[in-house]
Amino acid sequence: MSVRHALLALLSEGPKYGLQLRQEFESRTGEVWPLNVGQVYTTLQRLERDGLVESDDPEGDGPQKGFRITPTGGRELAEWLRTPPDTVAPPRDELVIKVLVALPVPGVDVHEVIQVHRRHLVELMQHYTHVKAEASDRDVGLALVVDAELFRLEAVVRWLDAADARLTSLPAASPVATSAAPARRHRLEVRP
Amino acid sequence: MTAMLELRRVSKVYGSGPSRVQALCEVDLTVDGGELVAVMGPSGSGKSTLLTIAGSLEELSAGEVLVDGSALAGMTRNQRARLRRRLIGYVFQDFNLLAGLTAVENVALPLELDGLGQHAARAAGVAALDELGLADQADRFPDELSGGERQRIAIARAVVGDRRLLLADEPTGALDSVNGEAVMRLLRAACKRGVAGVVVTHDAQLASWADRVVFLRDGRAVDQTARPPGPESLLAPRPGR
Repeated sequence: MSVRHALLALLSEGPKYGLQLRQEFESRTGEVWPLNVGQVYTTLQRLERDGLVESDDPEGDGPQKGFRITPTGGRELAEWLRTPPDTVAPPRDELVIKVLVALPVPGVDVHEVIQVHRRHLVELMQHYTHVKAEASDRDVGLALVVDAELFRLEAVVRWLDAADARLTSLPAASPVATSAAPARRHRLEVRP
Repeated sequence: MTAMLELRRVSKVYGSGPSRVQALCEVDLTVDGGELVAVMGPSGSGKSTLLTIAGSLEELSAGEVLVDGSALAGMTRNQRARLRRRLIGYVFQDFNLLAGLTAVENVALPLELDGLGQHAARAAGVAALDELGLADQADRFPDELSGGERQRIAIARAVVGDRRLLLADEPTGALDSVNGEAVMRLLRAACKRGVAGVVVTHDAQLASWADRVVFLRDGRAVDQTARPPGPESLLAPRPGR
């Protein structure tokens, strides 16, 4: 998540002080991503250095220093909002690796491993759904953040369900033989 | 406290010989009033069979089912039918509302079938709609309502009168995520008022509305979640982090 661009977005509404930026950032992201004051001021200094924001007192310091976005900062924000996040290469997913690694291990039931992770993920989803259910209807920031996490976790559960079904449908005599190399292997580039 | 629903070592077998299918195998499940339990599993895991057996719509092969402390096995057919009408409400994926009746008539119908007078049944129907915030839809026909609104009416029908066990089969399956969430909020609200709810689903988002999730696999209850944390720990770090 880019704190830098989130601050630019807040400043696009009008000039603000550092402390105010921190409070607004936290309230609008459902207080899911806490931000310390030091992080806010360091980021603001860099934005000022890069000409993306300007302050009413470039030499001054402290909580009473106000900031506003520059035209360059406005263009940077507009470009960032429309730039796709890095989703081209699949991430090196720890859960995928665990399930793959579990397959040939003697005495390990991969379905049981899958179920342990499925339960854990559903418990996390219950936690988030509970947060959403108890929150005010007007807390849109929280609902958006919680929904994003719920959809992400749901996708992982669906992958586990699909993996479970795929492994169940394999003939008993042909466990996923990682040693039996297929005639041609496809390679997926993954992010480190 | 008596559990509203109790399944004790329930098994169900369909067919015999080579076509024999064990749909449920020694399943234990207890649901208290005020609790919403989700039963989650893939297609063919026995979810729908579990629900129909819990609702006394189907015979079991072995084990015992108790509803509000009474064993179904000791009841005559008529007694079971009466228990179904009085205590149990059903919610299906495709709503099952009667097109020729208004919302409140649909909600009041189970009470009228149970012998309650038309006026009293309508009053109870209006009360059920009102409790769920649906009073303004009372006189509308199903084809004048959206899918989400129809399912909310179906939930009101399932809890009308003194129904205390609500059984739902993929209740959000035909809805988009916003309407699905509204339906689950309503189910949760019904359970908060003391109804015992069982939802069967393959959908993790739907299941996550439950107080407890039971995982079914090949007819067996293989696992379940712990109860979710209370509101006081909502801001605490997430489990496992």
